Amino acid sequence: MFNRRHFLGAALGGGTVLGASGLLPAWARTATDGNLGLPTLTGTNFDLDIGEFPVRIDGRTAMAVGVNGTLPAPLIRFREGDEITLNVKNRLKSETSIHWHGLLVPFYMDGVPGVSFPGIPAGETFQYKFAVPQSGTYWYHSHSGLQEQLGHYGPMIIDPAGADPVSYDREYVLVLSDWSFEHPHRIFDKLKKSAETYSFNNRTLGDFAEDAAQQGLGDALGDRAMWGNMRMSPRDIADVTGATYTYLINGHSTADNWNAVFRPGERVRLRIINASAMSIFNFRIPGLPMSVVASDGLNVRPVETDEFQIGVAETYDVVVRPEAARAFALVAESIDRSGQAVATLGPRPGMRAEAPVMRAVPTLTMKDMGMAHGEHGMSDMDRSDSTMSGMDHSGHDMSGMDHSGHKMNGMAHEGHSMSRKPDPMSGDGAMMAHNHKTGPGVANTAMMPVSRLDEPGTGLEDVGHRVLTYADLRALEPNRDTRPPERELQIHLTSNMHRYMWSFNGVKFSEVTESIRLNEGERVRFNLVNDTMMPHPIHLHGMFFEVENGGGEHRPRKHTVIVKPGEKVAFDVSSEHVGDWAFHCHLLYHMHAGMMNVVSVIPGEAGPHAKPHHEPPENDHDMGHNQTHEGHH
Amino acid sequence: MTLKLAALTMIGLSAQPVAFAQKTEADPWSQADEVWGAEQMKPARQQVLRHHGDTTATYFQAERFELQSFDDEEVLLLDGNAWTGGDINKLWFKTELEYLPEEGEFEEAELQALWSRAISPYWDFQAGVRQDFEPESRTHIVAGFQGLAPYLFETDAAAFLSTEGDLTARVEAEYELLLTQRLILQPRIEAGFSAQDIPELETGAGLTGIDAGLRLRYEIRRTFAPYIGIEWQESFSDTAEMIEARGGETGKAAVIFGVRAWY
Repeated sequence: MFNRRHFLGAALGGGTVLGASGLLPAWARTATDGNLGLPTLTGTNFDLDIGEFPVRIDGRTAMAVGVNGTLPAPLIRFREGDEITLNVKNRLKSETSIHWHGLLVPFYMDGVPGVSFPGIPAGETFQYKFAVPQSGTYWYHSHSGLQEQLGHYGPMIIDPAGADPVSYDREYVLVLSDWSFEHPHRIFDKLKKSAETYSFNNRTLGDFAEDAAQQGLGDALGDRAMWGNMRMSPRDIADVTGATYTYLINGHSTADNWNAVFRPGERVRLRIINASAMSIFNFRIPGLPMSVVASDGLNVRPVETDEFQIGVAETYDVVVRPEAARAFALVAESIDRSGQAVATLGPRPGMRAEAPVMRAVPTLTMKDMGMAHGEHGMSDMDRSDSTMSGMDHSGHDMSGMDHSGHKMNGMAHEGHSMSRKPDPMSGDGAMMAHNHKTGPGVANTAMMPVSRLDEPGTGLEDVGHRVLTYADLRALEPNRDTRPPERELQIHLTSNMHRYMWSFNGVKFSEVTESIRLNEGERVRFNLVNDTMMPHPIHLHGMFFEVENGGGEHRPRKHTVIVKPGEKVAFDVSSEHVGDWAFHCHLLYHMHAGMMNVVSVIPGEAGPHAKPHHEPPENDHDMGHNQTHEGHH
Repeated sequence: MTLKLAALTMIGLSAQPVAFAQKTEADPWSQADEVWGAEQMKPARQQVLRHHGDTTATYFQAERFELQSFDDEEVLLLDGNAWTGGDINKLWFKTELEYLPEEGEFEEAELQALWSRAISPYWDFQAGVRQDFEPESRTHIVAGFQGLAPYLFETDAAAFLSTEGDLTARVEAEYELLLTQRLILQPRIEAGFSAQDIPELETGAGLTGIDAGLRLRYEIRRTFAPYIGIEWQESFSDTAEMIEARGGETGKAAVIFGVRAWY
């Protein structure tokens, strides 16, 4: 029977498949004049339906998983301090969840199945209720399975209760993401079988000939021998690449050309969110300087720049003031330069800015191996079958490492070489102690990690214009907690890229038997040491942390920080929010492989709202080595 | 623990390694249990742990599926791998089948079933059994190492002790030279050794033979790559003498057409 209702249904269905714009919330649709990026969902009550729906990307149709049938999910906008209710209905056949990224919610509303709540089973509705004491640009996404990769992410704006220190005439949200027509479980499966599956920027014989011509045959050979001996590739910059990804801005590929419009002279605020599964982006608008006004939702002192690297899960707000009535390209370039997404900011809708030519593929250096100091020799480093054993042969000239110079004999791997007084800069050049688990999952240890906060990030060292660094960021408001840390933790980001194993301190999340325990109110310094050759955006749920970048009482407060290869980053946590909080690398497949843990903030004597029967915890200066959990059942 | 505490006292507040994997009977965290109930949280907690690091995969690979065209004969070869398991432990199968299409029979056929355990970042220890079906039915126990040697040589070295008491060994090494991102030249060498003469298999003590090949493949996809190549096979020492005594050839070369594929 072909009745009218069926016909309508079919027509609507077809329209949904064919018209990509029909799937997009109003603010993300191709802009028409006067589109100020108005949000679709505002107020204090939100109904969110999680389901499967068709999307059309780059002319191809596929099924996405997401919220209310749009990719990205609708912008949720509400006011700071408002008590809001979000009813999340799960229409999938599997469990789902929503995590409110960067929001200071009670931990049991944080949305991580198995950590903060049981998850939302198929067919059920879960009600989130919270009020948050913050404003700015945030986002939300699934914390179940690999649903993020399938489209389960969207932006949030919390408008300040008082006056906004940032003034602007018009605003847009730019949700950067990566889309694959392969199923995420298949991507992960392939990486486990061959970690190089998506690498198509490796060094070839042609590159060797070029290097030999430039540097001489001996140096080119020596360089190949060094990397070969370490069994690593200096082009291992991203492990899921443009070979499978189509990069998106607001759900649009470059070909689909998302549009934003402006009138010359207007101040346009761009709220940029990296909602990718795996892609760190370099963001720029050629010909248009950007004033960075917020990072991870919180205001910073305005810094003018021409480009910045944005880690997965980070957000930046920038204000631009285009004077020329021409189309500008909004460019999100994947860190490994295997692809980019370009959208258009133009004086009229429907314009297409010229996409810039992709820049040369970056090549990693010894600094990315945590061996930055060319003046130091490395000898007698006996770490059996770690890559450093490869450094143990005199006679090889390793990128200017002078083996006749200072020798570091008999390096102790016990004890602590780190300065007692917290000062990340003092760690520079010092040999790093590695007291964590090693074995098949740890292929490399950074012997001399350094602070790289004043560096722009892989591939942006010599781009010929200004690039933002973490060292440039200063919180607009003075830090509320300026206490020095009472305790330090050292957490190594560890991996064996060859086996596609990722972990903290050599321990995969699946092997964790105890969370990282902090006492309520305790001021704790986290020292993150990146022993791998990739940058990792590390995210702590539930609490902002002050990144130790020399900013004194105006250190930037963030929820996610990129730790560069071979880098040591320090941040301080005030442990002010009681509960169990997920703590992980925000590269989805790294997290899935085990680069995750839980930070437990144990309530103090006053007792928190969520734990009425709680007993006071023991003082716990040794990270709970001998602490039992009886008090918390 | 006493030692650790003493050490901690001495170094005071300096940076501590975080001991994530301490043995404990308790749940690794449990604060949400009071809000949502332990009976709801416990399975969710087990699942989130398992889901982040304890996944398994199953792999099939035709490493060499090729037609070897010698002067006087053609051989169809399948050198295959399959495994299933996690990061550390895998059940690993290897097979090598040499089929003579003109004669319609197998020249060699063997299957290995191995437990493979990651023992270091780049090496697996493998042990198990090997069953030969052709040219003779024979069973061996196997022990070996497989992995990535420095300078990126894929290596597989194994020793075989047969139920007849014969000890043999095999070493394979491969290297990949990227001409372009998809056009890859792969030198491969395989050497066989025997601890004793095995006349019925025309095998002599010492180095028995070397197969050396050069394959040029084009990875249409990473998972599917046709190739062409050449292969040279030479028998040595006592093995060569036995073959010569029979009037056979001790060295031969082939042109190869094949496909490398995995799933």
